[in-house]
Amino acid sequence: MDLYTRRLLINRFNLAVSLLTMLFGLFWLGWILFTLFKAGFGGLSAKLFLEMTPPPGSDGGLLNAIMGSLLMGAAGTALGTPVGIMAGIYLAEFGSRGWLAPVTRFISDILLSAPSIVVGLFIYEAYVVRVGHFSGWAGAFALALIVVPVVIRTTENMLRLVPDSLREAAAALGAPQWKVIVLVTVRAAKAGIITGILLAIARISGETAPLLFTSLNNQFWTSNMNAPMANLPVVIFQFAMSPYEDWHKLAWAGALLITLSVLALNVFARVFFRNRTATY
Amino acid sequence: MNAAVLQPVEQALTQKIQVRDLNFYYGKFQALKSINLDIQERKVTAFIGPSGCGKSTLLRTFNRMYALYPNQEAQGEILLDGENILDPSQDLNRLRAKVGMVFQKPTPFPMSIHDNVAFGVRLYESLSAREMEERVEWALRKAALWEEVKDKLKQSGTSLSGGQQQRLCIARAIAVRPEVLLLDEPASALDPISTGRIEELVHELKADYTIVIVTHNMQQAARVSDYTAYMYLGNLVEFGVTDEVFIKPKKKETEDYITGRFG
Repeated sequence: MDLYTRRLLINRFNLAVSLLTMLFGLFWLGWILFTLFKAGFGGLSAKLFLEMTPPPGSDGGLLNAIMGSLLMGAAGTALGTPVGIMAGIYLAEFGSRGWLAPVTRFISDILLSAPSIVVGLFIYEAYVVRVGHFSGWAGAFALALIVVPVVIRTTENMLRLVPDSLREAAAALGAPQWKVIVLVTVRAAKAGIITGILLAIARISGETAPLLFTSLNNQFWTSNMNAPMANLPVVIFQFAMSPYEDWHKLAWAGALLITLSVLALNVFARVFFRNRTATY
Repeated sequence: MNAAVLQPVEQALTQKIQVRDLNFYYGKFQALKSINLDIQERKVTAFIGPSGCGKSTLLRTFNRMYALYPNQEAQGEILLDGENILDPSQDLNRLRAKVGMVFQKPTPFPMSIHDNVAFGVRLYESLSAREMEERVEWALRKAALWEEVKDKLKQSGTSLSGGQQQRLCIARAIAVRPEVLLLDEPASALDPISTGRIEELVHELKADYTIVIVTHNMQQAARVSDYTAYMYLGNLVEFGVTDEVFIKPKKKETEDYITGRFG
């Protein structure tokens, strides 16, 4: 067998193996989605969005949980995003000298991969214990802590993709560094930074652990961020653990709802990113 | 190379930039070795030489572009109108407003054509909308781009072709009305037609500006410049009136490079 034929065979073999591993991964993903749709699709109705979480044995929806998730998600994103963007800018634009940047990057990476329950416990100790009650704000703080490292990483990466020649060109016109960053570099990386924020939102919308110890749950409608607040992940957790059939159904519907929103957000982020990159 | 300053013959001209005993380091590597040369006002000076000879490095000391990076250091003196720009008290942003630069690759900012040209102007002058429009048109006309873009000033600067983008960058650089214009291989990424346009532009611009151009293309240096400096391995080998450097170079190395026997 000559060298070329051998290479051809090795190539085919490797291609086949990688296809198989891909199918293996996709199989489980497909199974999960299939189960989710099968069990959750029947529960999707207008009631889901119009009624509160019910006591066992009666009819109801998930309105208070959806509202709570949206409120806390919005507050967490609003709190975490500016911090993350500013830290990311610091790391990418000022991080080439000194020791502070590498240390910050290291800590941020640890936070990025830390189990989210640790974040929940931290906010419980630092905030919930001190104010003496669970609250929507505590939940928002915990979610913000998860948003920060995600946004730091994507912001830094996206800014690093901006070619130095663009920074030089702006500096060569006599622009001070902050104007170079605000008017040119960040603008060139805008699409990527926004994508990072969307991915962070997708990440927090399914988090249960950090909310268990912070916002807990609430059977009733509330928009008071200082009171315990219902949210989809904890409701799903509680309802799925219960022995009641109608609660199970709602839990499946809620899980499907989260999955679909995260999917939509991811697809949107990707399409947005694809259309807006390489503009410089 | 510590010899007397290599000076062009005509002495009646004003010296815009005087480089005195300039050494430049990338970390420990010495990229420029004791450079001495004078750049005449409202003339075109070309730097030629093989890759890595230090011509771009020398150019980037004139607006202290290297200061953006740690580990890059210049020693010696560069006098711009008699004032040492390497002095630590030199305000870099003001210096760069006076010494404009155009890079090898076109670098349009992610904003409209109009805003690209207005970017530098806004930093140092507060013009009314009308004055700004006039300034943008003036700069784009100078850069021979006005006719092509006058109907689409609101479009993104990145939507233009490579040659147009480069002329946009030239318009952006002259819009702030600098005194010196540094061109770092401005045509190396362009086709012959765009290159021709940019060379014509250099000819026109030298009435108002002192121009320093780095080029790999010797015909280009011969066509556009009044003075030529030949550099090799961080040394300034020969510097003089372009015609003399090209027709009867004083040094053997210069002759070898120019005639293509080397480099």
